[in-house]
Amino acid sequence: MGSRLRGNDSTGLTRAFLPGDCPMSESPLIALAGVTKIFGAGAASMQALRGVNLTINAGEFVAIMGPSGSGKSTCMNILGCLDTPSSGSYRFKGVDVGALERDQRARLRRHYLGFVFQGYNLLSRTSALENVELPLIYRGAPANERHARAERALAAVGLGGWADHTPSELSGGQQQRVAIARAIVTEPAVLLADEPTGNLDSARGREIMELLTTFNRDQGITIVMVTHEPDMAAYARRVVRFFDGVVASDEQRTAQALAEPA
Amino acid sequence: MLWNALLLALRELRRNVMRSFLTILGIVIGVAAVITMVTIGGGATLQVTQQVASLGSNLLMIRTGQRMGPGGGGGGVAFRLADADAIARDVGALAGVAASASQNQTAIVGNESWSTQVTGVDNQFFVVRNWSVASGRQFIDSELRAGKAVCVIGATVRAKLFGAAEPLGNNLRLQKLSCQVIGVLEAKGQSTMGSDQDDLVLLPLRTFQRRISGNQDVRLIQVSVQEGASTEKAQADIERLLRERRHIAGSKEDDFNVMDMKEITRMLTGTTQVLTALLGAVAAVSLLVGGIGIMNIMLVSVTERTREIGIRLAIGAVEREVLTQFLVEAVVLSSFGGVIGIALAIAGSWGLTVYLEVPYVLNPAIIVIAFLFSAAVGVIFGYFPARKAARLDPIEALRHE
Ligand SMILES: Nc1ncnc2c1ncn2[C@@H]1O[C@H](COP(=O)(O)OP(=O)(O)O)[C@@H](O)[C@H]1O
Ligand SMILES: [Mg+2]
Repeated sequence: MGSRLRGNDSTGLTRAFLPGDCPMSESPLIALAGVTKIFGAGAASMQALRGVNLTINAGEFVAIMGPSGSGKSTCMNILGCLDTPSSGSYRFKGVDVGALERDQRARLRRHYLGFVFQGYNLLSRTSALENVELPLIYRGAPANERHARAERALAAVGLGGWADHTPSELSGGQQQRVAIARAIVTEPAVLLADEPTGNLDSARGREIMELLTTFNRDQGITIVMVTHEPDMAAYARRVVRFFDGVVASDEQRTAQALAEPA
Repeated sequence: MLWNALLLALRELRRNVMRSFLTILGIVIGVAAVITMVTIGGGATLQVTQQVASLGSNLLMIRTGQRMGPGGGGGGVAFRLADADAIARDVGALAGVAASASQNQTAIVGNESWSTQVTGVDNQFFVVRNWSVASGRQFIDSELRAGKAVCVIGATVRAKLFGAAEPLGNNLRLQKLSCQVIGVLEAKGQSTMGSDQDDLVLLPLRTFQRRISGNQDVRLIQVSVQEGASTEKAQADIERLLRERRHIAGSKEDDFNVMDMKEITRMLTGTTQVLTALLGAVAAVSLLVGGIGIMNIMLVSVTERTREIGIRLAIGAVEREVLTQFLVEAVVLSSFGGVIGIALAIAGSWGLTVYLEVPYVLNPAIIVIAFLFSAAVGVIFGYFPARKAARLDPIEALRHE
């Protein structure tokens, strides 16, 4: 696993992020310890996270649930290195993300993370293929390789024939599948999805979940997914519940429960 | 990365063709103005230089009155022929000294009449002006001494009064003076100030003084300095000699002026330079306005595309990459303006040179400079919006509607 990720690293980032040659396999992939997040200052300040402890290992499929406003998205932004904790530590593959510069976090996202958003967030007026190619452009992949990999990713989400279509020509379910293709085209270590089925009907939602399950199982991509719907959470092997900015429960599902989702 | 940014920029501009065009209008006008002005200015200067060169190098022009603008001088006490003789005798290293006086007169041949400049000269005129007779001959000494009624005419006068007929040996009438044409000057063409150099009739100076002006005045003395000799020294010597002859005391100003080629050129190109400076200011202002237009539209673009920027940042674009993307877009925009401006200027200045009858000298350096300048406007005015885009918070940007 570690060596595959290192192999992807064309910019010597591994060296920048991972100290020395010490094997990282012992560190968990994701480790949050006492993470808090406070927005604003003074009387108007708002504490979204109040000491989150969470460890996720490579290969897991984790669903994060909890009431609205309980800090799920805030936590996902921190996991996605888009934001940093106000206090506490976030270690990604042993690297203290809180200590990284903005651009270093960008490079970390580029090389290790994939994102799927509730609102798809595709580039409008841009073909599905070009949307999927986007992360490869920032990785500096040559054009022919980009095309080939983006086409494969689109085929993997069942949109082989839709490469030339722009988001406005695609249904919501199709757009979300393009977004998933964009997230997995770089073979990331972690795929972070904040309510990926939130805008879809349950049939479309289940298609998305099937895809995520496949990528988790076949490619070993770690998945952390926020969802409101128990139906969708049922695809995950572990369910973490947030309440008022802390982890309220954290349960592994049994193999038997997994066999018959929902 | 740069290549990708370029492709992206081109696509973005295609999506907003009308907006892009309006945005770059300022740059187009600025660049077109700069190149046009330099081209016209260059043509005019070249024409002046050529004409001044055709006057014969090492020419000094001595006029009465104080220094003034084009064709200046003329006022003040006139010279006498003796002044020219004194210069020829006392100032060293001169190739020729030509005294002359002019008046506008109507020349008549048969039923044809033509208003022209009649100038009294001697053969030194041909020497100092580096001008030769195309057909016929110059004056002979007896004609000059006796003030005979003979004349040498310019190509224009010949064409106007004689048409296809042979002028040599025929008579031409100036007031009551009927004079025989003995020579036709070679054609010189238009001068910078738009006057026709070939529109003249030359008479022996004595004939002119007796029969046309009725006085002994000499208004212009043209001197040519020997090849290799110093014009500055000749100029100084002439000034000293004339001050003495005209009794000008120690600190009093000259009531005449001696101009050398450099001064003549400067005088003739003076108006061009004022015009050039003016147009340069116009160009600078329109480039500034154009730059502000680009900054404005790029700021709008950054706001419109906030979500796109958020996506790019989330996916892993670093600040510099987003900055580059928007900067390239601004530069592509402004360089397009530059290219269109250059095309307009090439066509427009060609038309203007034809209209103004000056040579068309397109300076490749100014085209390159104008292009680089327009690109630089893109960099300068695109930087602030691009930096704004690059520094967006990805979370905020993704939430942007
Ligand atoms: N940028 C922000 N500024 C201020 N408050 C915020 C910001 N982001 C989130 N919050 C607040 O933090 C709390 C947690 O929000 P969020 O993590 O989005 O919850 P969830 O995703 O679980 O619904 C909410 O009360 C929300 O209003
Ligand atoms: Mg949320």
